[in-house]
Amino acid sequence: MERGFVKQLRHMQKNTQQNKQMSETKDTEDTQGKLWEVFIQSKKGLPFKHFGSVHAFDKEMAVQNARDLYTRRGEGKGMWVVPADAIVAVDPANDACFFEPADDKVYRHPTFYELPDGIKNM
Amino acid sequence: MDHLNLSKFCIRLGDHCLIMAHRQSELCSNGPFLEEDIAQINLGLDLLGQAEALLIYAAKLEGNTRTADDLAYRRSERQFHNFMLTEQPNTDFAFVIVRQYFMSLYLLKTYQVLAEVDDDTLSGIALKALKELSYHERHLSMWILRLGDGTDESQQRIQTAVNELWMFVGELYEEDALDLLAQQASYAPKGEEMKSFLMAQITAKFAEASLTIPDSIYMTTGSKQGIHTEYLGFLLTEMQYLQRAYPDAKW
Amino acid sequence: MGAEELDVLFQERIDANDKIEPRDSMPEEYRSHLIRQMSQHAHSEVIGMQPEGNWITRAPSLRAKKILLAKVQDEAGHGLYLYSATETLGISREELIAKLHQGKAKYASIFNYPALTWADMGAIGWLVDGAAITNQVSLQRTSYGPYSRAMVKICKEESFHQRQGYEIMASMANGTPAQKEMAQDALNRFWWPSLMMFGPHDSDSPRTGNAMKWKIKREYNDVLRKKFIDKTVSQAHLIGLTIPDKDLKWNEAENSYDFGAINWDEFWSVVKGGGPCNVKRLNHHKKAHKDGAWVRKAAAAYAKKHATK
Repeated sequence: MERGFVKQLRHMQKNTQQNKQMSETKDTEDTQGKLWEVFIQSKKGLPFKHFGSVHAFDKEMAVQNARDLYTRRGEGKGMWVVPADAIVAVDPANDACFFEPADDKVYRHPTFYELPDGIKNM
Repeated sequence: MDHLNLSKFCIRLGDHCLIMAHRQSELCSNGPFLEEDIAQINLGLDLLGQAEALLIYAAKLEGNTRTADDLAYRRSERQFHNFMLTEQPNTDFAFVIVRQYFMSLYLLKTYQVLAEVDDDTLSGIALKALKELSYHERHLSMWILRLGDGTDESQQRIQTAVNELWMFVGELYEEDALDLLAQQASYAPKGEEMKSFLMAQITAKFAEASLTIPDSIYMTTGSKQGIHTEYLGFLLTEMQYLQRAYPDAKW
Repeated sequence: MGAEELDVLFQERIDANDKIEPRDSMPEEYRSHLIRQMSQHAHSEVIGMQPEGNWITRAPSLRAKKILLAKVQDEAGHGLYLYSATETLGISREELIAKLHQGKAKYASIFNYPALTWADMGAIGWLVDGAAITNQVSLQRTSYGPYSRAMVKICKEESFHQRQGYEIMASMANGTPAQKEMAQDALNRFWWPSLMMFGPHDSDSPRTGNAMKWKIKREYNDVLRKKFIDKTVSQAHLIGLTIPDKDLKWNEAENSYDFGAINWDEFWSVVKGGGPCNVKRLNHHKKAHKDGAWVRKAAAAYAKKHATK
């Protein structure tokens, strides 16, 4: 099996177990909020560009935090904030037969990987 | 308004912003998470910018016998005219939010009126400040709701803050001779108008946030005559230290 | 494909100056090295807010206060860019903070020195940010994409910081005798710790080998240190301040300054926790974090109550 893929799965499994624990107690636990990816359109007519991420507990906060961080509240700049786990990412360089539905997350983010059942005992 | 009264008017407004900005600046590196640290510093920076612009203008109206820095760093406790609300300490995050929220409403209304005046300098300051304040109000309202309607602990803390800070709200719509002059010149809303605006906004927001306005009708007064709470002295001691310790130095 | 083949392919990409992105195949050691380096860089920005923030409330003019506030706000922002970049490697902000609190992650040792006078604001901006710039300009070419992009963003904002610091030093050096003395004193206390920011001699640094091989690091510690010294000495002389190094001497042949020995005992001691402010800095961070728990929980509770179905 492709080395990186195996390593990724192991890593995902470890983090998923940790984060499953975290998410079970998440409601009463103390977190830094959700991860949101920020896209900004610096001028009308131009495409939205990925700028980075922010943490926030809800979308209203995410927008404000993103503005404070990435635009110093520049007016008139279009902005999208997207929960990171809503993003589907594909890497064209990877061999298509190793494309796993569980592996379409935008980064190596552990907080939202859900492994298919068959992988549990790796 | 004649220059002397206009300068006093600008000093009052500048003082509110200056002292509030100072309290905001104390929050640096003490925020509940990093993004909020940045947000609070932002609020402080905006207020400081407004304070500087207003005090520079006030100094100019006085005939430049003093500079804006002289006004900020060389006046003593009884010469400051900031609302007592602005000097209240950052007891906890709820106190910070409630204090800033009340003041942001006051400033919004104040700047709305000033944006329309004939005086280009003042209307220019007000127009820029309005953009900033509407952002402040949105940010602070957001927290009023989240703390009021969050956990039991947050509800208790913010209600405590409201209860303890309420007595400082009366000054925000008080009127003295200078206020009446400003109103006559259309530089300020009438006291009743400010009061209804504040109460309407606060009542609506508090209803959403499950917060109550305290029953007590006792309101403090005196900042327009330079009477303050015991906090201002300590605040100024820190703020003015370098200029006082090295009176001949330029910074 | 076996692990060895993948290593070869990875190294080929590095050698070709390819940018490595979060989902790319990479040796586990590359990933863990980057997590450590980027998170420590992030922690440094955040902890650095403390010594600089120490003089915000006592800033001696409206302009100085505004500028210092803006600068410290930038540092917070830089911390956020770097946490953001670190998280792309599969670690959460909560974990990063926990590691900092447990002493498992470090931050730049320079921030374990106290900011004792207003002149320190000048020295920190001029020297500490100056050293950081020297390092960060080099890191713009680091192999990991998100780190490189964060460095580019940070470098754009950083030059204002150094100018701010130098302006303070210049005006004090040209001010009253008390101001000049204060400025020289700040330089005396911050010079050597700033040189230590570039790390140990490369021969004494166990991680340098991998860091250079994988192009995480693009220039050696001693090279960057020399660059900084050569840039900075004339800046001090221009405003009539003396570098506190009796062995500092221009070397015509090398077109560079020879300089005195760094106190490596002090360096290692501070790195290991024996600096004047280590305990204070961490306690401050822990306290702010603890005090903020109820706020974070309130925000989370509100979000849960109001989540759109």
